[in-house]
Amino acid sequence: MAHPGAHHTKGRPPRVGDHPVFRRVLLAVVLFFVLLLIVAPLVVIAVEAFSRGVGYFAKTIGEPDTRHAILLTVLTALVAVPVNTAFGVAAAWAITKFDFTGKRLLTVIIELPFSVSPIVAGVAYLFVYGLQGLFGPALQSAEIKILFALPGIVLASMFVTAPFVARELIPLMQAQGRDLEEAATSLGASGWRTFFSVTLPNIKWALLYGVVLCNSRVMGEFGAVSVVSGNIRGQTNTLPLHIELLYHDYNATGAFAAASILALLAIVTLVAKVLLERQGAGRARRPATLAGLDAVPPETRP
Amino acid sequence: MKRFLLIGAALVGLALPLSANAADKLLNASYDVARELFAAENEAFLKDHPGVTIDQSHGGTSKQARAIIEGLEADVVTFNQVTDIDFLVKNGFVAEGWQEKFPNNASPFYSFPSFLVRAGNPKNIKDWGDLARDDVKIVFPNPKTSGNARYTYLAAVAYAKEAFDNDEAKITEFVTKIFDNVPVFDTGGRAATTTFVEREIGDVIITFEAETKSIAKQYGEDKFEGVTPSVSLLAEFPVAIVDKVADARGSRDLAKAYLDFLYSPEGQKIAAEFGHRVHDETVAAEFKDRFPEIRLVDVDDVFGGWQKISEEHFSEGGKLDKIYGSR
Repeated sequence: MAHPGAHHTKGRPPRVGDHPVFRRVLLAVVLFFVLLLIVAPLVVIAVEAFSRGVGYFAKTIGEPDTRHAILLTVLTALVAVPVNTAFGVAAAWAITKFDFTGKRLLTVIIELPFSVSPIVAGVAYLFVYGLQGLFGPALQSAEIKILFALPGIVLASMFVTAPFVARELIPLMQAQGRDLEEAATSLGASGWRTFFSVTLPNIKWALLYGVVLCNSRVMGEFGAVSVVSGNIRGQTNTLPLHIELLYHDYNATGAFAAASILALLAIVTLVAKVLLERQGAGRARRPATLAGLDAVPPETRP
Repeated sequence: MKRFLLIGAALVGLALPLSANAADKLLNASYDVARELFAAENEAFLKDHPGVTIDQSHGGTSKQARAIIEGLEADVVTFNQVTDIDFLVKNGFVAEGWQEKFPNNASPFYSFPSFLVRAGNPKNIKDWGDLARDDVKIVFPNPKTSGNARYTYLAAVAYAKEAFDNDEAKITEFVTKIFDNVPVFDTGGRAATTTFVEREIGDVIITFEAETKSIAKQYGEDKFEGVTPSVSLLAEFPVAIVDKVADARGSRDLAKAYLDFLYSPEGQKIAAEFGHRVHDETVAAEFKDRFPEIRLVDVDDVFGGWQKISEEHFSEGGKLDKIYGSR
């Protein structure tokens, strides 16, 4: 390991990527794809959204169906995010602080929604709660509506985003170990006290980060919600579904205007992510050193 | 956390009363590109029915039919595929004989596969025969996934049946040639439009006449022009009351009044303004300039009904597979 501050150009075998031409080409390729895949579409959304002027943009956003779609999306997030946060914290706590049989299995199951296509999740909900499905007839006779109503939308969103919080917390909590909790317990603190005074302060930034990611995914979820929503405009049409609807109606400007709201959310998420990372979320992934700067391997410094 | 639980409970509570007070509320499950059409129809209908609300659900009609049998409580359906209402019949949601309950096979308006070419019609495309020329590139979606494209395929076959006097070999050759002229098969009508309009691929796009009018309206009337072929296949837009839901909610009378309205002069006029052809003679006469004459053949006469079409053309290894697979 090179000593910090040592002259690193001498006495070190050459590595792949050292050559300036290679480095520039690589950088150019990455920049090109970032522009093509990420920046260009975002710019197009902004330009198209305002292509018929600010007045038309405001009119689209103010249209009752669009307003309702925004409201519904926010409501869905208001239910799904807190529930998934509670679930994520509980799951991460259980997995990292306790030993029990089936722990591995639980970890795998929690991560399952990441590997399952959202549309599969939606169809699975049809098979469980649909009239032709497992509980559908019973629910209907009890006059409880799950599918094609808010509960179905919330459930589908929750399924898709279930792993987000736990996934952020587990590596961090594993790295932190159990020593502090064990110390608190041996000093006589109750479980809740231990959690609120010891665990929570240690994980708060990672937790917030998970919540932010979870929220943006809930608000943007299309596939699973599309299956269970019923697409009733003004009632069960979430913002992503509404965008598709406007687009199919040859109302491109309207679709882009509605899309710009989601794009705005993405930018807010991005800023929140950067701020939270500065606050130390994800610090567990970097080698722990006293000064933050020295955590960067000296080789990569100019 | 308690507060969130309360909010959750309140939201579930909000969702529950949907099924109550059905008699002044209708849910119309419709096809995906009909949002603005029914927004206009509903507004006109509600003028004479104060206190009534009509909710709209839009999506691909196969998906809509599936949602209804899974519990989407639609009182009426306004679809663009007869087979999807038959699917509801098979599952006991719509009673047999629904096509006799409203005039014109329960189809208040109709359309047919038609052509939209680039301004000035540089390739001089006039009829189905031109589509088999070597210098013509055609855009329509994949008939395996798009109902719209199935109509295009069947219309081409119907034309070929007449042109080649039912000579199977020549019909297959002709339709294969048309398919060979399609550079990309998109999955749906909307994607095909993007290919034609924004990627500027192809000399002609084939879709319902009503759609060709929407495309020209959205992307510039001066950039495209509609071409009406000599003959095409009647595409019905069937409507039905979903008996099982209407009976359970007591909404049958309102549902009937609503569908009847689509046949009224006012309802027909709105449909015509959105590019659909209508049966009402006064309204049809009024819009004569916008709708060039065309001879339409129907599925039952040419192909012996949808059942037979499914078996012969669209089944696994059927005629469509042979033509599509030969590419």
